[in-house]
Amino acid sequence: MMPATRRNGRWSGYKQLLLARLRELQREPEVIFWVFVFPLLLALGLGIAFRNKPADATPIAIISGPGAQATLALLERSPQNSLIHAEVVERPQAMQGFRLGKYDLVVEADQKGSVQYRYDPARPESVLSRAQVDAALQSAAGRKDVIPTTEVTASEPGSRYIDFLVPGMLGMNTMNAAMWGIGFALVEMRQRKLLKRFVGTPMRRTDFLLALMSSRLILMVIEVGLLLGFGALVFHMRILGSPFTIVLIGAMGAISFGGIGLLTASRAQKIESVSGLMNLVMMPMWIFSGVFFSYQRFPAVVQPLIKLLPLTALNDALRDTILQGASLASQSGRILVLLVWGGVTFLLALRWFRWT
Amino acid sequence: MSAAIQCRDLRKTYDGKVEAVRGLNLEIQAGECFGLLGPNGAGKTTTIEILEGLLEPTAGQVTILGRNWQTHQRELRELLGISLQETRLTEKLTVRETLDLFASFYRQPRSSDEVLEELQLTEKADARVGKLSGGQRQRLAVATSLVGNPRILFLDEPTTGLDPQSRRQLWDIIRVFQKAGGTVLLTTHYMDEAERLCDRLAIIDQGQVIAEGSPADLIDRLGGHHVVEFSARGGSDPAALETWRALPGVESVRHDDDLISLTVHEPHLTIPALLDAVTQQGSQLLHLTTRQASLEDVFVGMTGRHLREQ
Repeated sequence: MMPATRRNGRWSGYKQLLLARLRELQREPEVIFWVFVFPLLLALGLGIAFRNKPADATPIAIISGPGAQATLALLERSPQNSLIHAEVVERPQAMQGFRLGKYDLVVEADQKGSVQYRYDPARPESVLSRAQVDAALQSAAGRKDVIPTTEVTASEPGSRYIDFLVPGMLGMNTMNAAMWGIGFALVEMRQRKLLKRFVGTPMRRTDFLLALMSSRLILMVIEVGLLLGFGALVFHMRILGSPFTIVLIGAMGAISFGGIGLLTASRAQKIESVSGLMNLVMMPMWIFSGVFFSYQRFPAVVQPLIKLLPLTALNDALRDTILQGASLASQSGRILVLLVWGGVTFLLALRWFRWT
Repeated sequence: MSAAIQCRDLRKTYDGKVEAVRGLNLEIQAGECFGLLGPNGAGKTTTIEILEGLLEPTAGQVTILGRNWQTHQRELRELLGISLQETRLTEKLTVRETLDLFASFYRQPRSSDEVLEELQLTEKADARVGKLSGGQRQRLAVATSLVGNPRILFLDEPTTGLDPQSRRQLWDIIRVFQKAGGTVLLTTHYMDEAERLCDRLAIIDQGQVIAEGSPADLIDRLGGHHVVEFSARGGSDPAALETWRALPGVESVRHDDDLISLTVHEPHLTIPALLDAVTQQGSQLLHLTTRQASLEDVFVGMTGRHLREQ
């Protein structure tokens, strides 16, 4: 035997495994894109599409006829003039425009000055348009309001769509990255027989799984920083929670989805089969967990179930801490949901995991 | 010398149906280079993976360096170096990073530089694994098993698919390891590899050892050291076959369609007699060669099949 020239400590395997994983990720340009750039682009695109802008003037058609010009004149005199964009057109044009959504409302006035509204009660903008136009016409014609009112408008950072979106994106990203980063990587290594080669060495299996998890956590911290920094810089998001709390909740999410990813990938032999499984697991959460829109829109009966999904818990906890500065303690229920998912799936994965 | 690897009555049945290994016994001495030779599907890989502790046998006992897998798993892993039939190492890592990674798993590994030097990979130390040639990759695979400073090296088909030069380089590496006192167990379906590299061999067919001994022993057991191959018109008729068997110095007769193979002691006696016999029959010799008997002949003689056919 050759004389041994070095001695390794307890954690040398873990350190090298983590280092190897990070090197591998860093040398994979598409990983950098999907993990870091893509979420920013998605947030940018959605943020612009749903940015808060002054309410649009409601487009309406006035059917040309004896009372049309008088109605138009009334509207132009009304205080709501800036909110209404009226056109006088022939009946067929008006009807077609209404059907296609070009007009929110069709107004027809007769000689005696009475007015007929044609609107669609299923279209919120149509209902709104009817109310606005009616108020405009009535007040311009001299109606007096009986109750004196004053108005205060509120459009603060924290209540806009982008504020809702960024924490949801963070949650979804944590899920995607942990599931793919762990599940995909494992099956790929199993397919390459690298896992089998590793268990042919004295490598500690827990070190291997730990290193895989740690690499995800490191990426997650960078990701949280990037997305929040981006939100603050580009969309002037106000981040009320402490960075420590936010990162800690993100870490719980990463651990939870790490466990789920591990379980999903515990037996699959081929990349194709694990891809299908992953999508099957993640799909319900993309829809139900309130990433792009609030899950309050789903029927009340399913709400308790939705709240038990790990991504819902993560998104809710992130929103509360980021947008409202909620404390870590106030999120303990949601953190519990995350840890139970992570713990149970991790244990099951260890039982079923195939190294060969 | 003590036995480095021992197994008794090893059996492996997959899914309760396919019997890959059927009662296999081996005893490999420390310092030996031992080969498992057999056609594809003979059970070589199953056997070596059971010995490596990567597969559970259905029945039988395995003892490695006086220890067994149930009680001394971690300790044994420190003492063994293994190279699987196919492992695709991570392409984005460099050669040195890969070796450092594997070294980190062992308590007292060798220095990566020393192993790189020994395997002629120093020049490629900073190259990505993805950029290596087939021979270099295979040397790196062996390097990852040598870096742990093992006492036994397990190699499953180490030279399959390599060019002749790369094969010779690997043989040299194995000899160096053996010279330093290491024990080697390898599987191969190349008879030349088995003949040149191995001190002893077990020929495996259908999950069993059908012959065991040094390459020279096995060829001796065939009877003759030479093979005379020829074809003649009507040469494989039953009557003609009897004639060939009666020629002086002939140990055995085989035929593959029209090609007749005679195993002989003394070709200088057999060949003139053969030529006379062909002339007497009024036939004509179409082809004649003589060569040294090889392990291939041993295998064909015992099973009636060729090593590479299956």
